[in-house]
Amino acid sequence: MNLVGAIVAWLSDPVHWAGPNGIPARLGEHVAISSASLVIALAIALPIGLLIGHTGRGAGLAINASNLGRALPSLAAIAIVYPVTAAIDPQWGFYVAPTLVAMVVLAIPPILVNAYAGIQGIDRELSGSARGMGLRERQILFSVELPIALPVVVGGIRSAAVQIVATATLGAIFGFGGLGRYLVDGVAQNDDGQVFGGVVLVAGLAILTELGFGLLERLLTSPGLARPGRTSGEASAA
Amino acid sequence: MIDWAWLLDHAGAIAGRTGQHLFLAAMAVAIGFAISFGLAIWSVRQRIVAPPITALAGILYTIPSLAVFSALVSITGITLVTVEIPLVMYTLVILVRNIVAGLDAAGPDVIEAAEGMGYTRGERLWRVELPLGIPLIVAGIRLASVSTIGLVTITATLGDSFGGLGYFILTGYHLHFPTEMYAGAIPSILLAIAVDLILVRVGRILTPWAPAGLGGGETPV
Repeated sequence: MNLVGAIVAWLSDPVHWAGPNGIPARLGEHVAISSASLVIALAIALPIGLLIGHTGRGAGLAINASNLGRALPSLAAIAIVYPVTAAIDPQWGFYVAPTLVAMVVLAIPPILVNAYAGIQGIDRELSGSARGMGLRERQILFSVELPIALPVVVGGIRSAAVQIVATATLGAIFGFGGLGRYLVDGVAQNDDGQVFGGVVLVAGLAILTELGFGLLERLLTSPGLARPGRTSGEASAA
Repeated sequence: MIDWAWLLDHAGAIAGRTGQHLFLAAMAVAIGFAISFGLAIWSVRQRIVAPPITALAGILYTIPSLAVFSALVSITGITLVTVEIPLVMYTLVILVRNIVAGLDAAGPDVIEAAEGMGYTRGERLWRVELPLGIPLIVAGIRLASVSTIGLVTITATLGDSFGGLGYFILTGYHLHFPTEMYAGAIPSILLAIAVDLILVRVGRILTPWAPAGLGGGETPV
């Protein structure tokens, strides 16, 4: 099939592996902005989610804020941030900041909700008996509740990471680099090889992210919890 | 920063794009629901097909939408089909999961009672399992609708004939005109919230026996 041929030809052309528009550079940009926004989102959402799950205070507010975040279209998130960051910093503000801020905003809800739901869903008797054994609240959270909730917490990080990789792709519409460049430029130039090469790279990165975090989820499940029939990673928020 | 005169002048265009946005999203959720309903019933009747269906839908869901839209352009052209295929594709994972969970919501004792009353499998599905599953199914439709409304904005990359409110986001960007970007971004968020709230109400009306405040049901991440 000529489509497969076009993809192979595009991917194997050494020209596409060098320079600032080469695959290593674009992949690097994509992974760098994705990792940066994931780290920022984790730093914001994880402590809040764990604290709300542990104390039960502010749960309604957090869940409502997260549902609101879910209603936020990723393109709209970039569009709202864009004029503001472009006005503040004409250099970075055009290319990196809108995408980065939008990615952080979109990654917070799944991390926060799963951290909250994971901790909140634990049998109260467990933390109660830990308290009876004289553990401090901090110890209860980190040595009893967190290990049990970890698969659910990581499940939230996994959906956030996949969402981030997709949003970084959209950044190309607004002048950011990353692998989305090949999609936007390929369509504009009517270059099928570039489009489909880009599709393979973008989809591959997204699926690898999903599988990688899925593996992490399984590795972090405490052996005592990994009984057959127990499903992990799916949290529900009412 | 906001040019109010422009907004007033373009109120009609914004309303028109909002209508297009709703149309593109509603069509995708309706087609997605029909496919998902069939797949969910198949999964419930023959448990062996459930894991591959969920896995495949999950992998499709992972692929960034811009990649799917861009890929389809050279296959199906800049047409409604190119717009709807990815939109429908992304609803599948949410809808199949929630419809299966909804159909499973009736406990074994309820099923047994239905069998004892002489219901056939078809009657049991329509008169017992489906009504009891409504809260979870509606929760799935809510989530699918909200995410589809978000994705419709991205169809603006396919040209002026599509995109709903996303049209203003891209045009405003190309013209360096923040007002127009906001004219697309903010209504698209409000539209998602409004549709979500309406579906909560629909869920309550469909389940008059459920206690108040439980109409929406659970929304799995």
